[in-house]
Amino acid sequence: MAVPKRRMSRSNTRSRRAQWKARAVVTQPCPQCRSPKLPHTACTVCGTYNGRQVVQV
Amino acid sequence: MPQPTKGARLGGSPAHEQLILANLATSLFRHGRIRTTEAKARRLRPFAERLVTVAKRGDLSSRRRALAVLRDKDVVHSLFAEIAPRYSNRPGGYTRITKLGPRRGDAAPMAMIELVEELETTQPADTDRRTADRQRERQDTVAALAGEEDEATAASAADSDSAEQAEEAGEAGKDSDKS
Repeated sequence: MAVPKRRMSRSNTRSRRAQWKARAVVTQPCPQCRSPKLPHTACTVCGTYNGRQVVQV
Repeated sequence: MPQPTKGARLGGSPAHEQLILANLATSLFRHGRIRTTEAKARRLRPFAERLVTVAKRGDLSSRRRALAVLRDKDVVHSLFAEIAPRYSNRPGGYTRITKLGPRRGDAAPMAMIELVEELETTQPADTDRRTADRQRERQDTVAALAGEEDEATAASAADSDSAEQAEEAGEAGKDSDKS
């Protein structure tokens, strides 16, 4: 089985991991209650989508 | 060439997938709206809408076709007696999927799939209106051309200027007809 010949340096490991970035979730203000919500999704605060009550909250 | 079904494969086997879809459809017709994962909702939509289309025929053979899938006689009865007549003037699109965001626990994207409400007004389909418009336009042009021809034969000796004027008059008449 193929295995690495050399231990990877601390610098190389950290350079690779420098690309692991978290990105903020994109949100849109709900047209009903102004709270941030996911786009194209029912609002989790007031439960409406497109002016229609989708879930009871 | 066989085309694979669109959307996610559900369950562990084709039989399991059929059972999942049948159970989801039964629940949807029983409760009107169900909350499930988005993948299941996307698979359920064509499945359930085909059953509504079958139910809209309303005869014995279509009832047997629905019973072969749904297995629950009460649900099949309500589908044929209540749900199908509701959509008699709706040409497809009987369900609506609304995304609800990730589920707590495994972050699976959830969705609400529901039977849409009755179509209130029977408006003629867009294609019908467009066909009627086109027919009216064609009649107008035919009338204008006939008028032109009459004038042309009457004043066959006249020069091209008068013919152009006649044409303009015909066009003006057509415009007034439209307005």
